[in-house]
Amino acid sequence: MNRSPYISNAPTVSTIMFKVLLALVPGIAAYTYVYGAGIVVSLVLATSTALITEAALLKLRQRPIQPYLMDLSAVVTAWLLALSLPALAPWWLVVVGTFFAIVIAKQLYGGLGYNPFNPAMVGYAVLLISFPLIMTKWPAPLALADQPLSWSEQISFIFQQTLPASMTVDAISSATPLDYLKTQLMLNKDVASISQAPIFGHFGGQGQEWVTAAYLLGGLYLLQQRIISWHLPTAFLVALSGMAGAFYLMDPSHYANPAFHIVSGASLLCAFFIITDPVSGPTTPKGKLVFAAGVGVLTYLIRVYGGYPDGVAFSVLIMNMCVPLIDALTQPRVFGHEK
Amino acid sequence: MNALLNLASRILPGLGRHDDVYAFNGGVHPPEHKAESNTRPIAKLGTPKTLVLPLRQHVGHLPKVLVKVGDRVLKGQLLAEAEGTVSAAIHAPTSGTVTAIDEQVIPHPSGLPDTCITLSCDGLDKWAPLQPINWRLSDKKTLVDSLRLSGIVGLGGATFPSHIKLRSNSQSPIHTLIINAAECEPYITCDDMLMRERADEIVAGIEIVKHLLGAETCLIGIEDNKAAATEAMKAACQQGQALVKVVPTLYPSGDARRLIHLLLDLEIPSDKRSTDLGVQVFNVATVLAIHRYFAFGEPSISRIVTVTGNVASPQNFEVLFGTPLTDLIAAAGGAQDDTSHFIMGGPMMGFDLPSSQVPITKAANCIIAAKPDLFPAPPPAMPCIRCTRCADACPVNLQPQELYWFAKSDNFEKARDYKLFDCIECGCCSYVCPSTIPLVQYYRYAKSEIIAADKAKEAADLARERNDFRLARIEREKLERAQKHAERAAANKNEASAKADADEATPSATPSDSAVSDKQAAIAAAIARAKAQKLASGPAPDQPPASKTAASKADAQATPADKQALIAAAIERAKAAKLAAAQAGLAPKNTENVSPSVQAEIKQTDAIREKARKLTESDTSEPDKG
Repeated sequence: MNRSPYISNAPTVSTIMFKVLLALVPGIAAYTYVYGAGIVVSLVLATSTALITEAALLKLRQRPIQPYLMDLSAVVTAWLLALSLPALAPWWLVVVGTFFAIVIAKQLYGGLGYNPFNPAMVGYAVLLISFPLIMTKWPAPLALADQPLSWSEQISFIFQQTLPASMTVDAISSATPLDYLKTQLMLNKDVASISQAPIFGHFGGQGQEWVTAAYLLGGLYLLQQRIISWHLPTAFLVALSGMAGAFYLMDPSHYANPAFHIVSGASLLCAFFIITDPVSGPTTPKGKLVFAAGVGVLTYLIRVYGGYPDGVAFSVLIMNMCVPLIDALTQPRVFGHEK
Repeated sequence: MNALLNLASRILPGLGRHDDVYAFNGGVHPPEHKAESNTRPIAKLGTPKTLVLPLRQHVGHLPKVLVKVGDRVLKGQLLAEAEGTVSAAIHAPTSGTVTAIDEQVIPHPSGLPDTCITLSCDGLDKWAPLQPINWRLSDKKTLVDSLRLSGIVGLGGATFPSHIKLRSNSQSPIHTLIINAAECEPYITCDDMLMRERADEIVAGIEIVKHLLGAETCLIGIEDNKAAATEAMKAACQQGQALVKVVPTLYPSGDARRLIHLLLDLEIPSDKRSTDLGVQVFNVATVLAIHRYFAFGEPSISRIVTVTGNVASPQNFEVLFGTPLTDLIAAAGGAQDDTSHFIMGGPMMGFDLPSSQVPITKAANCIIAAKPDLFPAPPPAMPCIRCTRCADACPVNLQPQELYWFAKSDNFEKARDYKLFDCIECGCCSYVCPSTIPLVQYYRYAKSEIIAADKAKEAADLARERNDFRLARIEREKLERAQKHAERAAANKNEASAKADADEATPSATPSDSAVSDKQAAIAAAIARAKAQKLASGPAPDQPPASKTAASKADAQATPADKQALIAAAIERAKAAKLAAAQAGLAPKNTENVSPSVQAEIKQTDAIREKARKLTESDTSEPDKG
């Protein structure tokens, strides 16, 4: 019988997913430093929800539970979703989002390897459409808050939505820089004066700069480990900064500079962790460039012209839809064949 | 892109080590495991008691057996001769007696038994008279024809008969000979050891092959993990017989198309052979065998085999074909107790041997004793996560994840579109798959299904063609019969009308006579007409008027293809004649003199005829649908 090759040398799916989780750790640490321990609670909530729903669905679908839970893909989805949600998101928001991501976007499509859409982004989009108010209310970075919440206060806010007697929700929350910029531009202010506001920090958001840098660090680790290919983050960042740069050059008073767009929102999380989901992404090298550039352009357009503060989730989902087409049109030349 | 890569390799240190060779996409670096077997010199394995020689040791037709049970044969004697173009001879590896010609298990992936010649060795090892040939003094055609008797096949594992590869081809002369000494599969060291120990003989073989091919240059491609062999070959090539080129160690650089690309930056188009572009590739061991055949007259009776893996002392052996695997294993110190089975070939492309009793054949470059620790069974396959590590590793630049998807869903058309048949089954994709999917298995399955479907389709097409032809023939025969009947009827009628004319002209004749003969003629004509109508499924000719008989005859002689048109024309003519007759106030029939019953019969026949004509007219109005 011919069953060669007899040898193999590949990281398992679990190893790959574990390294992705590992690469997220610096980002989580920075996030915790900037916004407090609330994110840790969100991560735990999302992880448990993901594992429980994944196990339940696998049982319903009569699939082996243990190997599929051990692949850690559900945990990656849970973490990415939790990191996309506002810090101090109420517990049920995390649970509902994760439930949607795992049950609807992943398991109902056939589980690992068969989901056409990025599960975390489906979860995020569902929450954004269903609960727009909560989804756009981010807590102010601890450094900017008059009275930063203690860890226990954060936890009680997540579970009971209660604050210490002296505080109101508005006092601890603020718009994100992206949101703030958009609303202030509508009041006919120019970018230079808007970005004097304290939440803008040095580049694109007080504290957010650290989180972004930490994501970059994790992303470089994934590149070095060859878990992700360079095509996706590069094309995304080039497209996003290219768009931002072009608009910025046309009218600097009305459009923020490229650095702001790179540092703001979920840009780097998207570049290294979200669009690099292999299952819902394209497979050919050229296709990866097209896909990521498409996400970059759409993200910019939604940020500047759309009704939502950030455009990553919708851009990713729209480009997910194009993946079969992109793959079919970007097949590389096979050895010994003309193009 | 290649230019860029080469530029990059020149700028970046470390990549620039092989700046005179080119790169192919992908490839993998499996652990080499060559050191186990290449520290000891090649040992000659003794002659066993019996040798079992499968007839199927090469690609192509089975050779024709020339001996029978009980024959005494000498070492090197021809046992079976090449039959057909692509075939190779089999020789007696030692002297002895043929004891059986029957089916035995052979080392083949199918594991099926096949015809083998069993030779009981007499231990004398007595050579048959050998006829060395001075290749410098003979013409090429004689040499290549003689090589057909040598039994030499490609010893790298492909086992393609060598004489075919050396035939002169006036359409695309060979300019470059490439000697494949890459030996990229892990564990295998037979070519490595051969080059270290017998470099001079290899180079002598290269000179012969270069001469036979008329090649101007010869490049020897060796992977950079064989420093000793490279040195030996360089030393042997000092007179410029060939240029030794070191290629990076990267599986599967030993694949012929990959090696040509590495050495010449030449991509052989998928639908062409390397010889179409003037390049021919030979394995080192094969050119050595060719040298020994011409220099000493020795046919192909042995080869170097690497015995490695779970054996006490891995080593290379020179083994007579037909030697039982067990003898070879014993020579390597025996297999350890936990040996589960034996693999022939390397761990990337080899296959499980059906038993330890199989004989060593021309294809056996390596035998690996396997144990579960060495080649653990892969864990259950997980779903494909489209990580494209396989695509990155594919040396042919295929998209294995897409091919897997298509093969799994039996979407064979798509698999073919995505160039499934360019897959060389090197196993790189499976090697790097995080989900441990047996990808190559899926491709082998899809290929065999497509080939089977193609064969079935070919057979069905042939059957349909034959059936169509049969139907056409039946049709043609019907038409011809109809034509003949019509002719005969017309002839009869001619005769009858001539007679009637005569009757009219001679009123003295008795009316009863004329009436009777007329009646007979008319009946015969009517029956013939009816028959003609009935027989002709296509448009049949109406009864032609007497004056048109000649034309009708000509019609009958026309080719069947023209028949339909001619018949239609005949109908038109008949109609015109009928019309003319009606206008002249004449009934076109000689029915006045027959009895009422016969007249009724004729009328009935006419009615049938009319009906048939209506049908045929509607037919001829749409000739395409006939």
